[in-house]
Amino acid sequence: MTKPLIGQEVAKQIERQIPEAVFESNESWVVINPDSLLQVAQFLQTTPGLEFDYLNCITGVDYLDYFEVVYQLTSMQHNHSLVLKVRCNRENPQVPSVVSLWRGADFQEREIYDLLGVTFVGHPNLKRIFMWEGFQGHPLRRDYL
Amino acid sequence: MEVEKGGFDFSLEEMDRNEGKQIEELMSRSQQPLPDPDQWLEEEIRRNVLVTTIDKVFNWGRHYSVWPAGAGMLACCAMETIATAASRFDISRFGMEIFRASPRQADLMIVAGTLTWKMARALKMLYDQMAEPKWVVAMGACAISGGTFAHSYSVVPGVNRIIPVDVYVPGCPPRPEALLYGIMKLHKKIDERSVREDLVDLRRLIPGRGK
Repeated sequence: MTKPLIGQEVAKQIERQIPEAVFESNESWVVINPDSLLQVAQFLQTTPGLEFDYLNCITGVDYLDYFEVVYQLTSMQHNHSLVLKVRCNRENPQVPSVVSLWRGADFQEREIYDLLGVTFVGHPNLKRIFMWEGFQGHPLRRDYL
Repeated sequence: MEVEKGGFDFSLEEMDRNEGKQIEELMSRSQQPLPDPDQWLEEEIRRNVLVTTIDKVFNWGRHYSVWPAGAGMLACCAMETIATAASRFDISRFGMEIFRASPRQADLMIVAGTLTWKMARALKMLYDQMAEPKWVVAMGACAISGGTFAHSYSVVPGVNRIIPVDVYVPGCPPRPEALLYGIMKLHKKIDERSVREDLVDLRRLIPGRGK
């Protein structure tokens, strides 16, 4: 069984390396400031003892006040997992892309861009994936209709 | 040198010669083909004369060889289509077990499932590639009217917006029996067709003859 890591403990490790990166944390997840996401992701991927080498999935959530992007991470080596979150405002939703670290993020970031309208800065090919080119709006936003 | 008898009262050499003689004899007897046994046929048919209408012959052929395109397998209705094709319900009883992988070899398109606007272009392309005469069965609530997703941003509210539909099979998904019933309805439709309609279609293709 994959062991879920305690959010606060991982947050402490991150804080020690990258100060002011953690926005919030509890026993199940860690919320990161979007500016330091790439740094934190790299830290989680390469630090011995953590080594999150697998990105299960990315989810985009519309909380009406803000968007949240959720990263489900797993380490194949240590068989443990972590939930990482990033929040961004609705007016100009921008999150750094993690395709350079986990290739599996490619299509999923495109899907979130397509349906929720979150721009992933640094994505190699950020265009619509489900809807056709020229479609107006982002249909999974809660104010779409 | 003594010839080996091999336990018989004739030698192996004699046996071979005997066999050769039998073959020669059969060959000389079989210079002409044997007449086909046709005494049981009536005089008219023995002279290969059949009287019917052209419509009937054409429709008979079309009725029993409706080949469905393996396209439009869009959702859970596809499972029912597959069950219809498999041994329990056995679509091959109607001469249509051959699901063609190419629309150019198919007469029937079974649109089984939800059609999205992005897929609609591909479906129209497949339909246009099918040879005349061609028929369409809309299978399930989604294909008929968009079903649960009719008011969605991405779903076509009924495939009849894209291609003309001959038979609607309701259900979510319809049972194989329902699909077979729809196919039998389609057979009835085929039986009532006239070759004259095809000639009208053909005339349209010939330059100077079309209206």
